[in-house]
Amino acid sequence: MKIRINEEERDVPAGSTIADVIETLSLNPKFIAVEVNLELIPRDEHASHQLTDGDQLEVVTLVGGG
Amino acid sequence: MSLAETNAYDAPLVLGTHTLSSRLIVGTGKYDTLELMQQSLEASGSECVTVAVRRERLYDPTGRNLLDYIDFHRYTLLPNTAGCYNARDAVRTAKLGREILLGLENPGADWVKLEVLADTKTLLPDPVETVLACEQLVELGFQVLCYTTDDPVIAKRLKEVGATAVMPAGSPIGSGQGILNPNNIRICLEYLKGEDPDYPVIVDAGVGTASDVAFAMELGVDGVLLNTAIAHAKDPVRMAHSMRHATEAGRLAFQSGRIPRRLYASASSPEDGVIGRTRHQ
Repeated sequence: MKIRINEEERDVPAGSTIADVIETLSLNPKFIAVEVNLELIPRDEHASHQLTDGDQLEVVTLVGGG
Repeated sequence: MSLAETNAYDAPLVLGTHTLSSRLIVGTGKYDTLELMQQSLEASGSECVTVAVRRERLYDPTGRNLLDYIDFHRYTLLPNTAGCYNARDAVRTAKLGREILLGLENPGADWVKLEVLADTKTLLPDPVETVLACEQLVELGFQVLCYTTDDPVIAKRLKEVGATAVMPAGSPIGSGQGILNPNNIRICLEYLKGEDPDYPVIVDAGVGTASDVAFAMELGVDGVLLNTAIAHAKDPVRMAHSMRHATEAGRLAFQSGRIPRRLYASASSPEDGVIGRTRHQ
């Protein structure tokens, strides 16, 4: 199925969870937060939250700022 | 005077439920390298550092993350909403920042530096959206440290809607112009602290060098938040030391009560007993 991560289209296996996608991206799950279709999904739901075709993800982290 | 000696003269900075022994809050942006940032944070003596929330780069060859260079067990992180131009985005960003800090078990998870900007050229805050966002974030349980203009009326409004601290700008972000309108800062202090002397007011943005920081502290603000003045100095680590000293010097001077300005001189040595002097009237 196709999802969008940070406005970039990605193909992921049907039934993937947020945790699966994070793992594929080789991101440290401790350093990120995820929104699906503009809704914040708490960290403890990442392993159980199944994505569906067309989902839009925002994956953010902390960077230097003032 | 060492940091410990200085602190013996002063109470810590209390911002809502957070207590900081340093009155200087520093940003983590704009450094040439993360190593330089790390050394500068250390030299600043600050216990609280601001961070921004941004999209994860999906193809970063180095894989380096800011969080690999900040000891988040030592510093209280203060996530900002920089780059937001309306209340809706600011609230979204604040929630995302909180989610990351909760995962890090950092005490900064319950607060946010609210920044809602009006345009990219001036980076001046949008006062209407700022008040709106502040109100919403307070309802969501955030302790809001609110970046704003030096307008005393907006400052008062922000306090009324529940901001934990109001943070007027000395001058535009990164401009290095210092405190452009000290009289507005004085009125902000009077309005916000008049009947509530412990209410925290922090000068945020515009500082160029140590004297700007000392001057802000001498006006009676509770702290200073800065980033560019250290990060873009030729020698950021040395400038970080100077900002630490300036914060302490300005604070001590404010507490000491300066002498009034006089038009004419007042001799420091005794007038009497001077030898062989003809007095000129």
